Amino acid sequence: MTAPAAIEAPAEPAGALTVVKARRPGRWIAGAVVLVLLAMAVNALITNPAWDWPVVGAYLFHPSVVHAVLFTVELTALGIALGFLLGTVLALMRLSRVPLLVSVAWGYVWLFRSVPLILQLLFWYNLAALYKHISFGVPFGPAFFSVESMDLIGPVTAAVLGLALHQAAYAAEIVRGGFLSVDPGQMEAAAALGIPRARQIFRIQLPQAMRTIVPAAGNEIIGLVKGTSVVYIMALPELFYQVQVIYNRNGRVIAMLLVAAIWYLLLTTALSVAQYYVERRFGRGQASALPPTPVQRVRRVLAVRPAARRRAAAGGGGAR
Amino acid sequence: MSTPMVDVRGVHKSYGPLKVLRGVDLQVRPGEVTVIIGPSGSGKSTLLRTINHLEKIDRGYVTVDGEFIGYRRSGDRLYELRERDILRQRAKIGFVFQNFNLFPHLTVRQNVTEAPLSGRRRPRDQVEALADELLEQVGLSDKADAYPRQLSGGQQQRVAIARALALRPKVVLFDEPTSALDPELVGEVLEVMKNLARSGTTMIVVTHEIGFAREVADTVAFMDAGRIIEHGPPPQVLDSPRHERTRAFLAKVL
Repeated sequence: MTAPAAIEAPAEPAGALTVVKARRPGRWIAGAVVLVLLAMAVNALITNPAWDWPVVGAYLFHPSVVHAVLFTVELTALGIALGFLLGTVLALMRLSRVPLLVSVAWGYVWLFRSVPLILQLLFWYNLAALYKHISFGVPFGPAFFSVESMDLIGPVTAAVLGLALHQAAYAAEIVRGGFLSVDPGQMEAAAALGIPRARQIFRIQLPQAMRTIVPAAGNEIIGLVKGTSVVYIMALPELFYQVQVIYNRNGRVIAMLLVAAIWYLLLTTALSVAQYYVERRFGRGQASALPPTPVQRVRRVLAVRPAARRRAAAGGGGAR
Repeated sequence: MSTPMVDVRGVHKSYGPLKVLRGVDLQVRPGEVTVIIGPSGSGKSTLLRTINHLEKIDRGYVTVDGEFIGYRRSGDRLYELRERDILRQRAKIGFVFQNFNLFPHLTVRQNVTEAPLSGRRRPRDQVEALADELLEQVGLSDKADAYPRQLSGGQQQRVAIARALALRPKVVLFDEPTSALDPELVGEVLEVMKNLARSGTTMIVVTHEIGFAREVADTVAFMDAGRIIEHGPPPQVLDSPRHERTRAFLAKVL
């Protein structure tokens, strides 16, 4: 007989065989250990009176704390918006074919990444001492009008300026990385189609660059939410400064630090969720079908349950 | 001989010390299909890319439909055009890439309408009607709302052809349009190109598909080491080549 044995008809239909899943006791043991450790940690947090939970509860939504949270959000939003605006300009300069623009952009990133943020903030804060007047007019020529630096750059402006200029250096590198990640063939195709340069950048390159930019930018935004706490040295009433003011008055240091921690946690959570959906938006055309969102997943499970239960009741057993 | 649609004269191009094109002459008449064959590294793709000025040339000139590409002539001088004007010139020249280079974040229809919508303001519904017409022409009407990654390579290249046609170009350049495709998908792309040739589109095709050259080309040009060393009707070049190097090349590919 020359035909291979595999060609012969199988002894029984494939449907008659049942799959039995392998037992994995190690997983159960590891799960139990982690669960016990977790319970211990939660217990330590709740039962120890030193954490002062009633005080945490009392101050979590205290008006002065909520105001401080809003100010933190404002600083973050301005710092990120202005930072990424300037960062995008710097990235485009760095990617241009003009050597002077490339060098200036490189120099900016070098300078603002090298000096610690806290030092930069103090420089801006003391700008009025360095330059008493700021005048507007012809460069190196006559001035049309001039203002007192104190009036133009108050502490809030100094803080926003400091955060944004520092952020711009990092944003520039993130945006540049995004542009570099786009296949050069895309620009070539756009050029071959005669699409104007500005539209090539904003319609073809940037949306594809966003796939790389968004995760890194998410990191930066979340970093800045907490980074704004550095501004406390300028005595601005953001979250971290405000809780210090309160615990200096009432002496409940740990409780007030917990209040701040909880708020930072909430802000970061909101941003993480937002990032998830923004990434989906720019992921269009990448996968043949996007995976369901957590909300869709929950809905699906709720919709499937009754059907599965009915099936189980009717058929009973089978491979699970 | 009527005035050529594409006129390439004495074109030289080097990358540093490497001479890629060394004096290429090529004339393509309106409605004619020219197929360029030759070993890899002979400068075929570079020649094609100089025609729509994706590559600058060092010497010589290119005209399409009587207009200097990349330059403005005044007396004996050629003034380099600004990028904006070069982009406008490219609307007359369709280009189909080996790797398709479709825009992955835009749907098939948006890929086709992108260029006409970005240039001179044309009404959107008119452009979309044209896109649907072109997609029907390449047999992909049902894929208008799909994204490129959801399509096979052959389908993607057909979309790329529709996209190149959306500006109603005077000439369409094909840079090895089937080289990146699985063998069973080559036929559908060649079929679309044959229909295009029959409809009187002026085409310059760089390809290794000798069968396509024989069936569709009016002229076959054989390139080697940066020069066109032989050109003429397909039977002449493909069946009784005069040049030794043409014979050696054909012996390898056929």
